[in-house]
Amino acid sequence: MAKAQGLTWTVLDADHMTQAEIYGEVLTQIGLKDRRVVALTADLAKSTKIGKFEEKIPERFFNVGIAEANMIAIAAGMTEAGLVPVVSTFATFASMRAAEFVRTDLCYQKRPVKIIATHSGTSFGQAGTTHHCTEDLAIMRSFAGMTVIAPADAYETARAVSACIDWPGPVYIRIGRGFEPPLHRSMDFDFEIGKAIPLRDGRDITVIATGVCVLHAVEAADRAAQNGVSVRVLDMHTLKPLDEEAVRQALLDTRRIITVEDHSVIGGLGDAVADVIARTGKGCAFRKLGYQDTFSKVGYYEDLLHDYGLDADGILDAIGQVLKAEFEADEDWEDEI
Amino acid sequence: MLDSKERKRLKDKARELRERIVEVTFACGGAHVGGAFSQHEILVALYYKVLRIDPKRPDWEDRDRFILSKGHGGIGHAVILGDLGYFDPALLKDFNKTGSPFGMHLDRLKVPGVDFSTGSLGHGLGLGVGAALGARVAGKDWRTYVVLSDGECAEGSTWEAAMAAGNFRVTNLTAFVDRNRLSLDGETEKIMRLEPLEAKFEAFGWRALRIDGHDFDQILEAVETSKAETERPVVVIADTIKGKGVDYMENQIAWHYGGLDEEMKEKAIQAIRRSK
Repeated sequence: MAKAQGLTWTVLDADHMTQAEIYGEVLTQIGLKDRRVVALTADLAKSTKIGKFEEKIPERFFNVGIAEANMIAIAAGMTEAGLVPVVSTFATFASMRAAEFVRTDLCYQKRPVKIIATHSGTSFGQAGTTHHCTEDLAIMRSFAGMTVIAPADAYETARAVSACIDWPGPVYIRIGRGFEPPLHRSMDFDFEIGKAIPLRDGRDITVIATGVCVLHAVEAADRAAQNGVSVRVLDMHTLKPLDEEAVRQALLDTRRIITVEDHSVIGGLGDAVADVIARTGKGCAFRKLGYQDTFSKVGYYEDLLHDYGLDADGILDAIGQVLKAEFEADEDWEDEI
Repeated sequence: MLDSKERKRLKDKARELRERIVEVTFACGGAHVGGAFSQHEILVALYYKVLRIDPKRPDWEDRDRFILSKGHGGIGHAVILGDLGYFDPALLKDFNKTGSPFGMHLDRLKVPGVDFSTGSLGHGLGLGVGAALGARVAGKDWRTYVVLSDGECAEGSTWEAAMAAGNFRVTNLTAFVDRNRLSLDGETEKIMRLEPLEAKFEAFGWRALRIDGHDFDQILEAVETSKAETERPVVVIADTIKGKGVDYMENQIAWHYGGLDEEMKEKAIQAIRRSK
């Protein structure tokens, strides 16, 4: 995998396009074929890369200015004409500034508007808390009828964008700033909304990760393997609907689970997984990695992920702790699960 | 100008439907009756004279779209939709009741004929701009009509939408502001000054008209003006009276939302029958 070098990951001189660029490109290709697709932004066409759509299809592109709530309302209205609007802005504005519009105009009214929220988590590290977004998964999961996806890299983002167009109702796709290294080598892999991707099989412990943290989970698993620890890694790109079967299977097989997300530990992936575990009634050693009810400090993204324990080092530490944790296992575990 | 027969038809219809609003308000225990009466002639004019709709085909793709941005006027909207045959008007006996499809703010997925679910103020104009832009992109010739309350012109999102409509020259949209000058807490001009409303909309790129919102001739003339406009979206500031048609409700803040007992109901119906 690509390594952090200097100030940021060296993606700009890599062979791979960034997460944001590739979705801009893929969306444009979709738009050229599918005349229902319209694209909107709120003065972030360049930053979110949805501007690529404008270059090719200006008649179906709308920049509403810095007015995120209005962007959502306009997109909702456009669906009356049979259109499928794709809107893009920073996660913090899509999920919080425009929250009530997303909930009332999209979810309540079942409008097929697709939101591509960039700069999520602390990916815009130096911009500080106003531009970080560690709450969106919790907010969006709580809206009835919303589908929530956090792709791990550019290729997964491309697959998610393609898949969301004909997926019923509103969809929230959460990506980073766009400088994250790739997890996959191409777009050629099995991707299905609501279906976790198993990346490493393991019997000792399972790490369930989403978004950029998936890459770190894989690295942590590979490092753990060198010490004889068998770590299962699940890429849980869809938070809602959650692949509950994959969680239950991990519980059955490994009985130790860690969740990792570039998000608050309140209401995101960790809570979604904990909910599934709790409903099984089974004992389990469990740890949620994320921001522990705190706003992040300012800094370079990779520094922040490291300092808050969300990179491979932090995950490896957590693996060591959770492997030592005790829990109550019952005898007829396999029969009941 | 309407011919006198047509004018009489609309006025009679307005009276008849006001009575039904009173009946439903009585049956359900309470409703936003003041605002339902102030918007009433605008909705009657649109539904019985202007909108290209077919109650037998509520999902007809090429119908005109209507958005009651002031969703609390839902009782007045529902009475009209029932009268037009979108659903059995007898169903309105359950308005506001547990499990009824009719809440005080209408849900498009539950009430046939409702194009947009509203109730949270400051959404309708943006939805309308989107619908109108969508029609433009899709090459559709239907128009979008939005009725706003004056109070929701204090919402920033209303002005975000107004700015977008002006910017994108959305001319297949007509907006009405039900200017009854009263919101829940009192007089709009004392709570948060809205005037000069026409100048505000014009500064946002609109053509603004000001009319008597209870006068069918003026309402319909404004609609014709808006349809003929090719450069700017048109907003019709319709001066209205909250509680219009029932003497003891007119201009009374208390009738923003209220219930009726048997005696009040009878008085209201008598007042409506006396009204011109």
